[in-house]
Amino acid sequence: MTDLKFTADHEWARLEGDVVTVGITDYAQDQLGELVYVELPEAGIDVSAGQEIVVIESVKAAGDVKSPVTGTVIEVNQALSDEPEKVNEDPTGAGWFYRIRVSSAADLDSLMDESAYQDLVSSLD
Amino acid sequence: MFAPEKTDFPNHARDSRHVKRTPLNDLHQKLGAKMVPFAGYEMPLQYPAGIISEHHQVRKSAGLFDVSHMGQIQVGGENAASWLETLLPADLVDLEECIQRYSFLTNDSGGIVDDLMVYRLDNEYCLIVNAANKEDDLSLMRNRASPGVAIKAREDLALLALQGPRAAAALRSIAPGVEKLGFMTAARMTIAGVGCCVTRSGYTGEDGFEISVDEISAPGLASTLLALEGVEPAGLGARDTLRLEAGLCLHGSDIGPDTSPVEAGLRWAIPACRRPGGTRPGGFPGEGRILQEIEHGPARKRVGIRPEGKAPVRAHAPLLAPGDSPAGEVTSGGFGPSVGAPIAMAYLPGSLATPGTQLKAQVRNKALPVTVCRLPFVPHRYHPRP
Repeated sequence: MTDLKFTADHEWARLEGDVVTVGITDYAQDQLGELVYVELPEAGIDVSAGQEIVVIESVKAAGDVKSPVTGTVIEVNQALSDEPEKVNEDPTGAGWFYRIRVSSAADLDSLMDESAYQDLVSSLD
Repeated sequence: MFAPEKTDFPNHARDSRHVKRTPLNDLHQKLGAKMVPFAGYEMPLQYPAGIISEHHQVRKSAGLFDVSHMGQIQVGGENAASWLETLLPADLVDLEECIQRYSFLTNDSGGIVDDLMVYRLDNEYCLIVNAANKEDDLSLMRNRASPGVAIKAREDLALLALQGPRAAAALRSIAPGVEKLGFMTAARMTIAGVGCCVTRSGYTGEDGFEISVDEISAPGLASTLLALEGVEPAGLGARDTLRLEAGLCLHGSDIGPDTSPVEAGLRWAIPACRRPGGTRPGGFPGEGRILQEIEHGPARKRVGIRPEGKAPVRAHAPLLAPGDSPAGEVTSGGFGPSVGAPIAMAYLPGSLATPGTQLKAQVRNKALPVTVCRLPFVPHRYHPRP
């Protein structure tokens, strides 16, 4: 089991203190295929859970990534501008999107743990 | 997170009762392909290597595509050539044996019903048409049936495309003499003991071959081709990025019933004999508009578009002239792996179609700067005809 939490939209979130790191899952990157463009939010903006703040584009498809939590974006992964393929190579590591300071860590309680998320993915195949 | 409505390969044919499979379906599964519904068929979008690797494989070495979903229609009979000329603005009456041409079925308003390849072999005309249009093309042809013309839909044939700079060397090792075929010529050949029709043509901008073979022999032949040095499988995803870089039209996106061949930049495919002053001028559907546009120029033209930055500009993105007035619309767009940047095609009025013209593309809520450019984005490297 990992310390990650998951959304039904195939995002992951990792809570450390009051900061949540957000990215997309391995299943999501595999479905999208090789990413060629990632548009990240600006650090400092306030976002609500469910708000679309990242745009990702693969060779064949475009998608939006919703914020799983409410809070203030404090850091974005600038490396993805030049190397969007990091998301494919290491979606839950070097391919993270942004870090957000949450108002309430309880936001994460409604997200899935890994086994619930794996059940969801299995049901999709 | 996923927005299937934004992909170019919509899941519109998920209902398995209606999804057709090519003779190579088992081979695709064995190779680990990601299968998607496309034009009523279950087709390989990509293999484990991925679209970008498959694209580079074709540009640098050779890739094998299954294009068996495409329609193969044979037209024979004593009146075949003159009858086909009533449907296509091509020169078929004087077409020499073994020569292949690019042409299109037109409608009465001068639009493109379908674009196709046609070659003459053993006095028959073989048309290779788009999968999504083949039923409509056949209906159109059969509705105009005429004595002395026999139309055969060859659903029993598969079609393999071997494309790339090493395609000829690879194929030569099992089909000696194939390297002597000129660009856009056809021949019957035996490859690995299997009778085939081979043309030197393709849809990637590279040298290569399209091989028509019976559906029973196709999987074995495909495996034989994949075992050749320098050959790897390539899917529909790479086929699309390759043809976009080569500036080649995708019917249903860049050309269609509302676009004329002249505004699409395809007047080169209409020979002098079918133009005013030629030996058989006009006589095809939509000749009024098409010949008028050849003479006086079209109102709009298909152009290349280079977005600044890295964000892809995809089909249906509006283009804006200075002052944000509507200028046109992107018809195909995405990332060009060999270009290393986003590329697109669009229609623009003549006044805005000059290479170097600066425009904006509306992408989501942003107006991104783009520049009009010449096509293709990557130079064609076809094999010359001797």
